[in-house]
Amino acid sequence: MYRYDELDQAFVDQRVAEFRDQTRRFLAGQLSEDEFRPLRLRNGLYIQRHAPMLRIAIPYGLLSSRQLRKLAEVARRYDRGWGHFTTRQNLQLNWPELADVPDILEQLASVQMHAIQTSGNCVRNVTADHMAGIARDEVDDPRPYCEIIRQWATLHPEFTYLPRKFKIAVTGSPEDRAASEVHDIGLHLRRDARGDIGFQVLVGGGLGRQPIIGQVIREFLPLPDLLSYLEAILRVYNRHGRRDNLNKARIKILVKSLGAARFREQVEAEWHAARAGAPRLEAAEVDRVRSHFTPPAYEALADIEATAGRDAHFQAWYRYNTRPHRVAGYRAVFISLKAHGQNPGDMTSEQMAAVAALAERVSFGLIRATHNQNLLLADVRQIDLYEVWGELRRLGLAMPNIGTLTDMIACPGLDFCSLANAGTLGVAKQIQQRFDDLDYLYDLGEIEIKMSGCMNACGHHHVGHIGILGVDKHGEEWYQISLGGSVNGFTALGEVIGPSVPQDEVAATIERIVEVYRRATFCGGMRSSLTSGAILARRMPPTPTR
Amino acid sequence: MIVPLSELRTNSAAWREWRGRLGVRLAAADNVEDLADDIARYALVAVEFPNPSEGRGFSLGRLLRARLRFKGELRAVGAAVKQDKIFLLARCGFDSFELAAGENPAEALGALHRYDVAYQPAEPHPAIKRQRFSSIG
Repeated sequence: MYRYDELDQAFVDQRVAEFRDQTRRFLAGQLSEDEFRPLRLRNGLYIQRHAPMLRIAIPYGLLSSRQLRKLAEVARRYDRGWGHFTTRQNLQLNWPELADVPDILEQLASVQMHAIQTSGNCVRNVTADHMAGIARDEVDDPRPYCEIIRQWATLHPEFTYLPRKFKIAVTGSPEDRAASEVHDIGLHLRRDARGDIGFQVLVGGGLGRQPIIGQVIREFLPLPDLLSYLEAILRVYNRHGRRDNLNKARIKILVKSLGAARFREQVEAEWHAARAGAPRLEAAEVDRVRSHFTPPAYEALADIEATAGRDAHFQAWYRYNTRPHRVAGYRAVFISLKAHGQNPGDMTSEQMAAVAALAERVSFGLIRATHNQNLLLADVRQIDLYEVWGELRRLGLAMPNIGTLTDMIACPGLDFCSLANAGTLGVAKQIQQRFDDLDYLYDLGEIEIKMSGCMNACGHHHVGHIGILGVDKHGEEWYQISLGGSVNGFTALGEVIGPSVPQDEVAATIERIVEVYRRATFCGGMRSSLTSGAILARRMPPTPTR
Repeated sequence: MIVPLSELRTNSAAWREWRGRLGVRLAAADNVEDLADDIARYALVAVEFPNPSEGRGFSLGRLLRARLRFKGELRAVGAAVKQDKIFLLARCGFDSFELAAGENPAEALGALHRYDVAYQPAEPHPAIKRQRFSSIG
């Protein structure tokens, strides 16, 4: 993984010193809340329902054992001994004290981590496919480019006060595991006829109040031009994006109002005009960063029948929680943060520390956070799988449900977030309880539930096969259900299937939906996924209301 | 004399007669390209930063320096010109800061040197000792 050089370390150290000074001035009354807000946000710090919330950046989801151990320690020492992994591969602490945050950031800087630009109207953490570097169908490993973009975006003098937040995702495989089409910019690695690396560039995707799928504005952007082209996009957006209405300030609204063709013309014109003074990505710099992402020292092994003679529990876990690896004799192992009875994405300090140690033993000391709020050990020898399963099971992290209905995405909801209209965690528990029979889950196949506690759509409900959106109805929590969304493979937005339902009926409604789905797929033989849900939705009987 | 861009446009003939030093004041939404034809006439360009979230002026600064080759004084003005923005402003080509009321000038001076490293190429800033990416130039 990437290791800081002197410049990187000096930067995060100076950033901590700056925020320490800003916090001191705020606590001394020299900065008003309005003045402090944009400063703390750009250091990952929200003021939430109960306490501040600190969102720690995990660039493109990659962590070393040392870093995960530090996160465990920070959560134990400054919080309540747990953290929450998000869809953007970050970690949130829900209970830190404001006065402690500079110390927390200093602790993070000591292991080459930070919380810079994890919130605020600036370029956020750059995310990537969690299968980067090990996927069999990959054009190239996206992580070096993510790291380059991370550095370029960090305290960019021109683009730190954008109209609204700005999210970039990079993928290297045909299968989009990073939801790149619903990002402000999605970059898809490509090779041209000569075999040179470049990117297909999508702009204007996003969820929230107005979900829109990103549009291609360039089929192939040569690698040396990556940063200059990003600057051109950001400059057009910074100057012409709406600032009069927060709900219309994302780049997707600008792209929509201009039309992709005109937006592209403006970007290309700006790009050509600015090129002489814009950053050019030199091959030496690319090579320097790439050298941090060389494959680990794999052993020469052959694939084995890992499940032969093993019990059914292990076999189920192997089938659902592990994935093929590009190198023979290895597999990728999901660490499910979706055990029934726990909040999706949550992890205790004890679990973090134990996983850090496990990764050191069996996966080159590296751990990945996924878009789906799980972790991944990317490089596990097949001969170690049984032992890894045993250890994960001991830790409560081996729930064999990856890709099933209870591997759901959920934002923290009303229990923690001050933006939320409705709780998500209680509903998640309801669903876990109702769908606690694994055989039934397996029978249903791959169904993705995504749930958000408000229109901001942190839980990506628009692109869930089944989407659940919490709404406030006269002070009560109700839930709107949509069907037919998708983000993995091809991107589609779900359709709302009827009136919202009260909280205690959500799980029952989901059960009725999947029963109809199960019968339809069983009879019709169209065993795919609920992405055909738009058709299904029209066949559904009306949802009961109260 | 520092006059708003809108005034220069409305009474362009009258301002052409003006023999003193001339400065122009840009609102965040103004088109800096409008100055391209006679940029050398201006001794000073002031750019407004009226509220904490306004960020268009950063782009205006860079365009004035890099595209219009403006060599005169580039001043950040407005209620949001505070010490925590000074370093970024300097890297966007601003070399003059009309601090908001209540700002401590000594602290603002210190903030100019808050970082001695940077990642992106931008306008030259004497505080920066190491920088990552280069430009084509």
